[in-house]
Amino acid sequence: MIVRKPLPRWADLVLVPFLNLTLAFLISGLVVLIIGENPLEAVKILLYGAFGYGEGLGYTLHFATNFVFAGLAFSIASHAGQFNIGAEGQAYVAGLGAILVALALDQTHWLLVMPLAMIAAGALGGFWGFVPGYLAAKRGSHVVITTIMFNFIASAFMVYMLNNVLKEPSNMAPESATVVNAGKMPQLREWWDYFGYSPLNVMFFVAILALIATYILLWRTELGYKIRTMGQNPNAAHYAGISNSAIVMIAMTIAGAVAGMIALNEVLGVQNRLVLDFVFGYGFVGIAVGLMGRNHPIGIALAAVLFGALYQGGQELAFMMPAVTREMILVIQALVILFTGAMEGLFRGPLEMMFGMLEFSKSDTKDDAAASSKS
Amino acid sequence: MGFFDSLILLLDSTVRLTVPLLLACLAGLYSERAGIFDIGLEGKMLAGAFGAAVVAALTGSAWLGLFAGIGVSMAMALIHGVASITFRGNQIISGVAINFLAAGLTTLLGQTWFKQGGRTPQLNGDARFNGFDFPFADQLADVPVIGGIYSELLSGHNILVYAAFFAVPITYFVLFRTRFGLRLRASGENPKAVDTAGVNVNMMRFKAVLITGILCGIAGAYLSTGMSSGFVKDMTAGRGFIALAALIFAKWMPVPALYACLLFGFLSALGNFMQGAELPIIGEVPVQLIQALPYILTVVLLAGFIGKAVGPKAGGIPYVKER
Repeated sequence: MIVRKPLPRWADLVLVPFLNLTLAFLISGLVVLIIGENPLEAVKILLYGAFGYGEGLGYTLHFATNFVFAGLAFSIASHAGQFNIGAEGQAYVAGLGAILVALALDQTHWLLVMPLAMIAAGALGGFWGFVPGYLAAKRGSHVVITTIMFNFIASAFMVYMLNNVLKEPSNMAPESATVVNAGKMPQLREWWDYFGYSPLNVMFFVAILALIATYILLWRTELGYKIRTMGQNPNAAHYAGISNSAIVMIAMTIAGAVAGMIALNEVLGVQNRLVLDFVFGYGFVGIAVGLMGRNHPIGIALAAVLFGALYQGGQELAFMMPAVTREMILVIQALVILFTGAMEGLFRGPLEMMFGMLEFSKSDTKDDAAASSKS
Repeated sequence: MGFFDSLILLLDSTVRLTVPLLLACLAGLYSERAGIFDIGLEGKMLAGAFGAAVVAALTGSAWLGLFAGIGVSMAMALIHGVASITFRGNQIISGVAINFLAAGLTTLLGQTWFKQGGRTPQLNGDARFNGFDFPFADQLADVPVIGGIYSELLSGHNILVYAAFFAVPITYFVLFRTRFGLRLRASGENPKAVDTAGVNVNMMRFKAVLITGILCGIAGAYLSTGMSSGFVKDMTAGRGFIALAALIFAKWMPVPALYACLLFGFLSALGNFMQGAELPIIGEVPVQLIQALPYILTVVLLAGFIGKAVGPKAGGIPYVKER
């Protein structure tokens, strides 16, 4: 009889995601073939566009910065057992805090603007995460549904704010005034022209710090221990004297605040003004990043770079191959989410069976060896 | 234009806007009642709209388009089923993936095939579902009150509109008056009991998910070949999520689903109607507030401030048969 055992750690962390990704890319290649282009050529363009030269690499890392924040926003909530799909809305409302601080302090220094904008964006994003957290903890609402609804409420709210409050009277488009001085995040290209015209800015370093801080928070502090205990077994957490509802609210607030950092990277790093829909789906991609990264900072960093490369390489692809439009990125993204997230069990079953058989034959030989040494 | 005429126009627009919500909401009802969460209603509707518009444009027949839309939407539903039933994957993640897949593929293929920026060619004549008039609608049009209601509000819609409203009693009957419906609901409440009775839970769930696909396909076909004349990029515009909100608002019941969809349809009609309009006393009402109301109401309801919405007990949990 073959006993199914859990996979060895390396297979779980490396082999399964690798096989799933390969399958997602193979099907993406098929889509490229269907629309009449050469998939191998597409891969070449995509890789060169993402990593081949300074400006491309800059864009890749810029997108990866967004995905790190979005991925962390998903994962921190996930560790507390909450399914946060509201990073999109949390980042969107956070844009309001970022732009208001930046516009008010545009004549000062970026070293003053940046921390204050981070606090403002974090506060608004955190609030947008706190409310679903509160409703889940105290009123028993389902976080998935509430965060979906909050994404739409955020979208309507921001359209109103941009059209009725922030719009310049002289401007027809629904967008805020532009920051010109200290409100802009310093670009890495100002110190190192290797990155060409890419908008890679200081938020990249904030993202790295956020990854480290998340690791410390979750695995090296009491709060992190409580969050993880609560996520794995709410009953055990309750008996250990942990207030589950407080932990849910805290985790959702932190998640929202981290998602809010996307606003600084995009609003103050690229657009220099608040525009409609600047979050552009980054929040949703965070779900895939968190899942692929197995909710661990190192995994999230790797997955964020992968998706950053897909975004930048995909744009290059849309530019170089006439039949491929920007939506190809969406298709690849969907397939990656599908196979690494929802259909994760596709290879797991057969692999467990395979490893089970290997173990079985190994333990057989061991028994034989033990028997022969005795005699 | 008098107050009554405006009201009739507003209600007429409500009916048109309710139809896609209602079809998608009933679609979600089958799936969620069987224990499979579905946040991919939006994606299935979009894929259905695209399939319907493409085939209608190529063949010139709205009916063939409808079948194609249903087929495409069912294929998407099957992906959701395989991921969440066969492989016991996370149903929310699968739904997110389906929404992305539909948004990407429809535009990509639309651009490849028609080269009109993701649009499909303009549909006219038989390639669309056109409205038809009830008998004597013309003659009665000038009769006060009754004329307005009969000729404008009730008559003159296309077949899918009537089908959508007719689907409500049918859904009620199927779910609450047949053996199939009992088993379907039991799969979402207590799958173990269904299994003990010798019924295959996963097969029941697959059937439910496929019915969801059919209804989403009809909703999509209505959008691209009934309400408008062709497919436009992202034409579902969040309707799948409003339908989901309506489903929760209706507490997963068919007849309340009709009321919830009518309410949300009315709100979106009102949103269009109030664009820039000034009201006495209040002044200009922000259109965005009216548009956000369905979502706000759902959040308030879910939080238990106005009644309590509790979903099917086994929703979202893959069923593992004991051995």
